[in-house]
Amino acid sequence: MNIQAANDTAATRAIVEVEGIGKIYPGGTVALEGVDLEFPTGQMTTLLGPSGCGKTTLLKIIAGLLEPTAGEVRINGKPVFGPGPERAFVFQDFALLPWATVLRNVAFGLELQGRDKSERETIAQASIEKVGLAGFENAYPHELSGGMRQRVGLARALCVDADVLLMDEPFSAVDEQTRRLFQEELLRLLEKEKKTVIFVTHSIEEAVYVSDRIVLLSPRPGRVNRIVSMDLDRAGLSADEIRREKLFLDTVEDIWQTLKQYLTDERMNE
Amino acid sequence: MTVFGFRIPAAFSLLIWCVIWEIIGRLEAVFIFPPLSGVLVALVKILGQNNFHNAAIISLQAFSWGMLYAVVVGVAMGFLMGRVEAANKLLGMWVNIFASAPLSSLVPVLMLLFGFGQTTIIVTVFLFAVWIITLDTYAGIRHVNPSLIEMARVFGAGRVQLYTKVLFWAALPEILAGVRMGLIRAVKGVVIGQLLISVVALGQMFARYSRSFLLEEFWALTLILFVFALGLSSAIGWVEQKVEYYAGTRN
Amino acid sequence: MSETANPSEPAPSPAFVLPGTVFWRIASVCLLFGAWEIAGQIPISIAFPTFFETMMALFQMIVDGRIFEAYGDTLKPLLIGVGISGVFGVIFGITMGLSRGFQWMGEPIFIVMQAAPMAALIPLVTFVYGIGLAAKVCSVIILAAPIIVLNAYKAVRNASPSLIQMCASFQGNRLQQIVKVIVPDASPMIFAGLRLGVAAGFIGVILAELLITPTGVGDLITYHRSVAEYADMYAAVFSIMLFAAVTVGLLERAEIAFFRPERKKRKDNE
Repeated sequence: MNIQAANDTAATRAIVEVEGIGKIYPGGTVALEGVDLEFPTGQMTTLLGPSGCGKTTLLKIIAGLLEPTAGEVRINGKPVFGPGPERAFVFQDFALLPWATVLRNVAFGLELQGRDKSERETIAQASIEKVGLAGFENAYPHELSGGMRQRVGLARALCVDADVLLMDEPFSAVDEQTRRLFQEELLRLLEKEKKTVIFVTHSIEEAVYVSDRIVLLSPRPGRVNRIVSMDLDRAGLSADEIRREKLFLDTVEDIWQTLKQYLTDERMNE
Repeated sequence: MTVFGFRIPAAFSLLIWCVIWEIIGRLEAVFIFPPLSGVLVALVKILGQNNFHNAAIISLQAFSWGMLYAVVVGVAMGFLMGRVEAANKLLGMWVNIFASAPLSSLVPVLMLLFGFGQTTIIVTVFLFAVWIITLDTYAGIRHVNPSLIEMARVFGAGRVQLYTKVLFWAALPEILAGVRMGLIRAVKGVVIGQLLISVVALGQMFARYSRSFLLEEFWALTLILFVFALGLSSAIGWVEQKVEYYAGTRN
Repeated sequence: MSETANPSEPAPSPAFVLPGTVFWRIASVCLLFGAWEIAGQIPISIAFPTFFETMMALFQMIVDGRIFEAYGDTLKPLLIGVGISGVFGVIFGITMGLSRGFQWMGEPIFIVMQAAPMAALIPLVTFVYGIGLAAKVCSVIILAAPIIVLNAYKAVRNASPSLIQMCASFQGNRLQQIVKVIVPDASPMIFAGLRLGVAAGFIGVILAELLITPTGVGDLITYHRSVAEYADMYAAVFSIMLFAAVTVGLLERAEIAFFRPERKKRKDNE
C-alpha cells in the first residue's frame, strides 16, 4: 500500500463506529437490535425513522448517556463507555440552565471542564457570534424565543470543540418557518466548522436537505433498514432551488415509500 | 374591590376586621374579645418588658436551632430520596405519614424524654418542620428536567458538579416553598410545645395570663406570635420571588 | 443502590431487580420499628419502652376496651367539629370564590388564620365554653375551618374557564354554571380541603384534651404518664399516629377513587 492510499484511507475512516448495538429496556421492550454502522469523518449522517424505531436511543448510546445491552461504540477506533469530550450533544428541548444568562449557558461545558472564567467567556463570545446571537449575552432563557434558545444550545456544543456533534431533533420544537431557516443556517455553519454530525429527525425533507448520508431505521425492534447516500450537488444552488431539484424530490418520495411500509404493516397487524 | 373607581387591595379588609374587633370589644359583647385598642396598648407594654425579652430570646434560640437542623436534614433527605430509588421506597411512606400526622401528640413523649427545657422545644420544632421540607425537596428533585441532567453529563459533569451546579438550583423554588411551609409549621410547633410545657418562656407567660384572665395581655402575646409567623413567611416569599424568574421556564 | 440518572426513563437495572411495592412497605416498617426496638433496649432512659413493650400495652388496651372508649370520647367533638366546619366552611369558601366582595373581606383573614398558630387560642376557648364538649368542638373548628374554607375558595376560583365558557356558549345561566360546572370541577380540591381539615381538626381535639380537660385519648396519655406507665402512654400516642395515618390514607383513596380517575390510572401504572 503506497503512502497516498494509506492517507486516503485514514482521511475517510469512520470516526464513529457502532457494532452489534442492542438495547432492551427493563420490562422487555426491544429498542434496538443488531445495529452495525459507520459514521464517516466530516460528514453529516442522519438517523431517520418513525417513532419507536430507536433513533434517539441510538444517538444517546453513541453519546454515552445510555448503556447498550449489547455491542460496542468506538470513537477513532477506541471503545468508549459514557460521555466524553470528543462528543457534544444538542438537545431537543434545549436543556438550558434557566437561572443562568446566555453567556454562562454557552460557556457551561467549559465551566465543567474547569477552565478560567476569562478564557471560557472569550470562547463563548465567539460561539455566540457564530450562531447569530450577538447582543444577547446577558439575556435569560425565559426572555428568548424557542429558536433563540436552540441557538444557545448549539453555541454551547460548538464551544467545547468536540469532533462529533450529536443533534437530537434539534429543530422540532420551533415553528416551521424558523425550522427551514435553521436548516439553511446549519449547513452554512458546518461548511466552516468541519465537524462530523449525527443528526436525528423524523422529517424526511429535513433529512434529505441537510444530510450527506441517511440511515433509515425500522421500528420494533429498531434495526437498520437502508442507507441512502445523498449525491445531491448543492454547490451553486440557492436554498429554495435545492428543495425543487428533481433529485431532492425523488429521494424524498423514495424514502417515504420505504417508511410507509412500516406504518401500513403496523396497521395491518392491528 | 373598587370603591369610587379606586382599586383597594384585599389586605385592607384586615383593617375593617380590626374595626369590627374594636367595636365588639367596646360593646363588651363577647367576653374573650377585649377592644383592640386595649390589646395594642398591652402589646406595647409587653414588648418593653424584660421577662418578655428573656422569653422571646429563649424561644427564638430554640426555634432557630430546630429550623436549622430541619433544613439541613430535610434537604439532605429530599435529595437522597429523589436520587436513590431504594431510599425513596424505604423512607417515602414514613415521610408522608409524618407530614400529615398529629405531631402534637408526640410532644408529651418528648417532654418525657428530654425534660421541660430547651431541648424539647428544639426537637419539637425540628419534627414539625422537617417532613414538609423533605417532601418538597424530593418533589423539586424529581421534577428536574431530565434533559438538564443529561446535558450536564454529556458535557462532563462529575457527581459533585451535577449536584451543586444543576440539581440544587433547579430544585431551589420547591426547596424554598418547603422551607416556608416548614417555618409556619415550626412556629406552630414552638407555640404548641410551649403551651404544653407551660413552665418556661412564652408558655409560662401564656399560662399566667390565662389563669389571671388578663385577656388583653393574652391577645397581645398571641398577636406578637401571629405577626412573627406571617413576617417569616413573607420573608421567605420574598426570596422565592427572587428565583421566580426561572421557576416557570424549567421545562 | 443505584442512582437514577434519568427519572423519567425506566431505572437502569443493576445486578438485581428492585422487588415490588409490598416488599418495600414491609422493609420500611421493619426499619422504623426495628430501630425503635433497638433504641428502647439501650438504657438511656426508663421512660423509653421498646417497640414490643408498647405493642403489648396496646394489645392490652384493645382487649379490655379502654382504647375504644377513649376514641369514642375523642371522636365525638372531632366529628361534630369537622361536620360544622365542613358544611359552613365549604359554603363560605364557595361564596368567597364566586363573589368579589366576600373574597375581599374573607381572603386575607383566612390566610392569616391558616398561617398563624391558632393553637394559641385554645386556652381562650375555655373562657367562653367552659371545659365540656362545646369547648372541644370549638377547638376543632378553630383549626379545621381556615383550611377548608381556603381550599373551597381556591377550587372555585380555579375552576376551568374554558368549561365555563362552554356552558355559556350553550346558553347556560349563572346558576346552571355554578351547579353544573363550577362546583363539580371544584370538587376534587374541595374534598382535599376536607381531608386536610380532618387532619387539622384531629390535632385540635388532641390539644384540647391535653390543655383543657383530659378526656378520651388525651386522657390516656396524661393519666399513664402521671402513674409512670410509660408503655401504655406510648401505646396511646402510637394509636393516635396509626389512626391518623389510616384515616388520611382512606380519605386519599376515596378522593382518588371518586374524584380523580386520571390519577388512579397513573397510580396503577406505578
